[in-house]
Amino acid sequence: MNPRRKQRLLAVSGILVLLSGGVGAMLYALNENVDLFYTPSQLIEGLGEDKKKPVVGQRLRIGGMVVKGSVRRDEHSLKVSFDLVDTGPIVTVHYDGILPDLFREGQGIVAQGTLLDASTIQATEVLAKHDENYMPPEVAEAVKGIKHVAPKHTYPAGTP
Amino acid sequence: MFKWLDPYAKPQVLFATLLWWQRWLMPLSIVVLLLGTVWGLGFTPADYQQGDSYRIIHVHVPAAIWSMGVYAWMAIAAFIALVWQVKTAQWAIGAMAPIGAVYTLIALFTGAAWGKPMWGTWWVWDARLTSELILLFLFLGVMALQNAFADRQTGDKAASVLAVVGVVNLPIIHYSVEWWNTLHQGATITKFAKPSMDPSMLWPLLICILGFALLFGALTCLRLRTAILQHEAHRPWVRQYVQEQQHAAV
Repeated sequence: MNPRRKQRLLAVSGILVLLSGGVGAMLYALNENVDLFYTPSQLIEGLGEDKKKPVVGQRLRIGGMVVKGSVRRDEHSLKVSFDLVDTGPIVTVHYDGILPDLFREGQGIVAQGTLLDASTIQATEVLAKHDENYMPPEVAEAVKGIKHVAPKHTYPAGTP
Repeated sequence: MFKWLDPYAKPQVLFATLLWWQRWLMPLSIVVLLLGTVWGLGFTPADYQQGDSYRIIHVHVPAAIWSMGVYAWMAIAAFIALVWQVKTAQWAIGAMAPIGAVYTLIALFTGAAWGKPMWGTWWVWDARLTSELILLFLFLGVMALQNAFADRQTGDKAASVLAVVGVVNLPIIHYSVEWWNTLHQGATITKFAKPSMDPSMLWPLLICILGFALLFGALTCLRLRTAILQHEAHRPWVRQYVQEQQHAAV
């Protein structure tokens, strides 16, 4: 390899290494800000080394698993509330609107809203998170013991 | 070590090689893509949670994987163009960038169309989606930069630098779902772990991934050949080739 090529090789490699280092340091510094949502533990116990907690009234996103049996629906409106959990603490979410099709107990969801008090959130948007496992219903039944049954009674279209 | 590659830096030799590859890759990619998509979209079982909506994975994942793959190849070409200053490598950047941009666009569009019914939103600014969008801008940036200068050499150099520097984004895209919490789920297919997908769904997906790769190869051959003809238009061998083609057409 002639000296000029060697010089260019070193220069290009050098730029790439320095830049990767720079971007890496930047992303490391911004680490917590790149996260899309707080987990319930982060919300209650605080985030990062200095245990910074969000303040009441702050707009934020919360992500966690819907606690089984915690979904409470209002009979006369679309109002719904449910609990979210990850590893320990539980956070309650209130929402008034249509939930996504994948919303179910035990499912991961991400809600955006404002913090009402330390562990309650009034959500303006609820999104469903799904995992990377894909399988036919028969396999899911065998592996996970999940069986989906179509509703017995459906209303014809147009009835109130 | 790479002496055997030297002849391919010569446009005329490369042109003939690309023609040979293109004749194989083009029909093969069409057959493989047809097989994969028809199997995947029409004949795989529905998912236990997402029903039929998950089928778009057979377009989304191959497009997303190869949007990054195309970028990697483009960056290798850019690196060769910068260090060894091989003309054909410079043209290869311009040949590959639009293909990568379209793959990225397909990945983003199918992702949005999948996200609306499943997540409940077309778009969310999480790390995976945002870094993939940046990849689209990198492709567009390389294309724009290469043609932005009156002096072609300056444009080639600037585009090469951007292409090489943009490689930093590839690991960010890949690991975004592990480093940060995102709405986007983790990887279904990883090299080291058992894929978290039932075999009946996995096979058509793998075939589609192969199909997108073959199509990338075929289109690159086609576009690079066009670029060679354009840049070498004044050479005798190009004139002779064009004459032969005209005779064959008549």
